[in-house]
Amino acid sequence: MDKRFPREELFAPGHRGCAGCGASILVRMALKAAGRDVIVVNSTGCLEVFTTPYPETAWRVPWIHTAFECGGAVAAGIERAIKALKKRGKFKDRKITVMPIIGDGGTADIGLQALSGALERGHDMVYIMYDNEAYMNTGVQRSSATPLFASATTAPPGKRSKGEDRPKKDMPMIAAAHGIPYVATACISYPEDLMKKVKKACEIEGPTFIHVLQPCTVGWGYNPEDTIKIGRLAVETGFFPLYEIEHGEFRITYRPPKRKPLKEYIRMQKRYRHLTDEDIEILQKYVDERCKLLGLE
Amino acid sequence: MVTIGAIIYEPGSTVRNKTGSWRTFRPVLNSEKCIKCEICYIFCPEGAIYEDEKGNFKINYDYCKGCLICSKECPTNAITRIREEK
Repeated sequence: MDKRFPREELFAPGHRGCAGCGASILVRMALKAAGRDVIVVNSTGCLEVFTTPYPETAWRVPWIHTAFECGGAVAAGIERAIKALKKRGKFKDRKITVMPIIGDGGTADIGLQALSGALERGHDMVYIMYDNEAYMNTGVQRSSATPLFASATTAPPGKRSKGEDRPKKDMPMIAAAHGIPYVATACISYPEDLMKKVKKACEIEGPTFIHVLQPCTVGWGYNPEDTIKIGRLAVETGFFPLYEIEHGEFRITYRPPKRKPLKEYIRMQKRYRHLTDEDIEILQKYVDERCKLLGLE
Repeated sequence: MVTIGAIIYEPGSTVRNKTGSWRTFRPVLNSEKCIKCEICYIFCPEGAIYEDEKGNFKINYDYCKGCLICSKECPTNAITRIREEK
């Protein structure tokens, strides 16, 4: 029988990720799709902290840690170094993919200018944003990727607040506005779709950006076993549509047969437990509008 | 051991850290019910589910943290859960 997924394990077990961690699922899938010839760049964040408790590492591919704000810049530097080595004949002509895997804080907030610069200069890299919608590593502080009405320790719900008061920053569209050849959104609950997108991004010359939604058991507040289910609900309710923009051409890659009501997704998570049915109506309206904009009825 | 630039020379060295002790519930895979769809294999955050020489899927309890994603996602309910006891 044909194997659905490659067997090579480039991400070692024994890392300190929480039970049911979505980020480690994402990394396993991304590395299986990309193969051995990658250099991973990690800004500070959950992924960096739990995979590399010094003097150990979970990575079986070259890996570098950078400060929060320079993920894009370091990836750009590595890409240029490979190019220079190739030019001088010091390196055999094999394609090496530079793959920054950086969280929503390191992408949408702190690392945005370095990323924007790297995208604009056109460095050949596969930028993966693993989005758990807050700064989970330091204890669930809000980031600009935190969705409307979600609670976070720096956006607590109470008498005068319903949690986060700003909608989620639309990172893939910001990346797409740079005119780069490939932008996609993906979710760990759809492994084939995610791996296909990573593979495609690796083959495309020039900067590519993949935004991956990755539920977080600690920050979102649900049982570890529901990680995949919640991701699936996010897609099926239209909260997180899966699409790709290849050379400017927009395409929905997964169209749910019938969009489920957002309530199902919201009621599974503790970070939304302060919401009343009317609040959920507001969110539903917001999601409906966005889906309409993307042509997802 | 301190290295220059905090470089780690041995790839995948976290395998020394056996995370199996984190577990509260233990997933148990019934090979007879297994249809080898590879869903548990790809969704395992640890990579603790592996394929043996005969092509059967097995769970590596040295590393399984007991998140039970495999049990939840299994389409044939081949993976059941039992509470860990000392």
